[in-house]
Amino acid sequence: MDLRFFAQNALGGLAYGSLLFLIASGLTLVFGLMRIINLAQTAFYLLGAYVGLTLVAHGFDFWLSSVAGGVVTMVLGLAVYSAFLHRYHADPLTSLLLTLGFALILDDGILALWGGDPRSVSPPPMLRGSIQIGTLVFPEYWLAVIAISFTVAAIMFVSLRRTMLGVIIRASVDDEEMARGLGVDVNRAFYVVFAAGALIAGIGGLLGGPITSAYPGLDGELTPLAFAVVIVGGMGSLTGALVGSILIGLVNAFGKAMFPELSYFTIFVPVALIMAFRPQGLFGRKQ
Amino acid sequence: MTLQRRWLIAAGAGFIVALVLPRVGVPTFYISLLTQAWIYAIVAMSLDLLVGFTGLVNFSQAALFGVGAYAVAIAATRYHVVDFFPVVCIGIIAAVVTAAIFGLVALRSEGVGFIIITIALNEIVWGLAYQWVSVSGGDNGITGIVRPPVGPFDVSANTGYYYVCLAFFVISLILLSVIVRSPFGLVLKGVRETPRRMRALGYNVWLYRYFAMMISAGFAGLAGVLFAWYNQFVGPTSLSLDQSTQILIMVILGGIGTLYGQLFGALVVVFLSNELSAVTQRWEMVLGVVYFVVVMYAPGGLVVLVPRLWARLRGLRPAVERT
Repeated sequence: MDLRFFAQNALGGLAYGSLLFLIASGLTLVFGLMRIINLAQTAFYLLGAYVGLTLVAHGFDFWLSSVAGGVVTMVLGLAVYSAFLHRYHADPLTSLLLTLGFALILDDGILALWGGDPRSVSPPPMLRGSIQIGTLVFPEYWLAVIAISFTVAAIMFVSLRRTMLGVIIRASVDDEEMARGLGVDVNRAFYVVFAAGALIAGIGGLLGGPITSAYPGLDGELTPLAFAVVIVGGMGSLTGALVGSILIGLVNAFGKAMFPELSYFTIFVPVALIMAFRPQGLFGRKQ
Repeated sequence: MTLQRRWLIAAGAGFIVALVLPRVGVPTFYISLLTQAWIYAIVAMSLDLLVGFTGLVNFSQAALFGVGAYAVAIAATRYHVVDFFPVVCIGIIAAVVTAAIFGLVALRSEGVGFIIITIALNEIVWGLAYQWVSVSGGDNGITGIVRPPVGPFDVSANTGYYYVCLAFFVISLILLSVIVRSPFGLVLKGVRETPRRMRALGYNVWLYRYFAMMISAGFAGLAGVLFAWYNQFVGPTSLSLDQSTQILIMVILGGIGTLYGQLFGALVVVFLSNELSAVTQRWEMVLGVVYFVVVMYAPGGLVVLVPRLWARLRGLRPAVERT
């Protein structure tokens, strides 16, 4: 294990982990607030990727397309949430099956619209180069993705800590009944959190395109990673999602490099360790 | 008492119908689908033991089912273990051992946490099947699994195999019915209803859940073995999360906590997904819609829904006649 191997995989893992954060942050917040396990979250990512790459193919700006992908995903997510899901927010099993049904519909719709061939996405022209430090080569785009994800994380942290809406969300996570009793519009917080989760995952789709590319079935491959993040970090914790994403991203990158056939199995190790010593996750609260 | 006798008569009649079906000219295609339904009914019942009787919503049932199936394939293609009963035992043991590991991890949590962890566990096993090409064949799976004879009987044809699966379904139904009515089964129900009270009464709740998971896994593994021989092929889709959900949908559709209802759930899902895939390329989408409909409109399952609809129809009929 020389330095080059280590640095390359560490950066790769960090980039992958920061993409995972864009997916897992919505997953964990929606779960923490509404007790909804959203199995369509990775399908949101995939939808964002396809919408985004279609816009890029039509000559639109990369960043703009990425945001547009996020907005389309958000609108669709909100429609499903308001039509079906929000009635079942206290019923995890029903809502879980509904999101899974929705994921099936979304996957099949994507397959029908875009076909089954994998689509590669190239990074925006200004970030196609790479930075060389000694013998180490880092693609610029990876660094950009890490920077963007950390910016998103920072915005989320500040909105949770410093805005009125964040206060409402945190209060509802802690004690929904009491928050309702005090006249807080908890439902509005539900809508905002679900929308934000879908938006961020959808934006992540095209951003992650140059790293993961886009193909039907990608969402299924991301699901175990996203869930491992939520379990390791603690369900409902944003800090946990950030730390968990980086951890799982790194474990995945090194697992892939060292045991290419068993990389999913390497994720099992942190999950099992967490369950053995801290079942509520690193930053989760005991129930 | 009369109600119970009526049920026994209905079950006996159903069994006799199932016995004669292949002999009265039902097309092989439908015999094959029925075989699939017996197999899925076994795994659905195994999940019902957890969901309906122990209160554990296990999303890793497809992984246990798949482990049983892969055990057959790997035993046959790598180690040339092909005899019927040894392979059945290997498949069941493999699934039980997997569940013993899963249980250690997942039972650290309860309720929704348990669901999330079993989803992750199922996906990790799927990842293994998908990536560990040298053992599992990756996405291509393992082909060339041959149905071995059962003692003196050659069951390589579809009709013969139909009877094998029917027999295992009936045995599983009887065994599981005995288990849920035994003192052990009553403790499981207590654990489902009020784990805290059971703990206060001195029961080791964790251990009972752990045992329930392993017993359930045994039946899931058995179904997996039968499925591998049925398809004569094993691939990663047989242990995907979609598969786990389909099994759970069978349980919900059949009626949670009924055991026998799972057969109806399995029949509906097997026939529906086959007919749909014949009619439209977009059958996955339709299946997604079916999930919505089942979960929102039939949460009690067919066992509740059909008698209610029937009662409503009968209630309506005089009213229609009067007008």
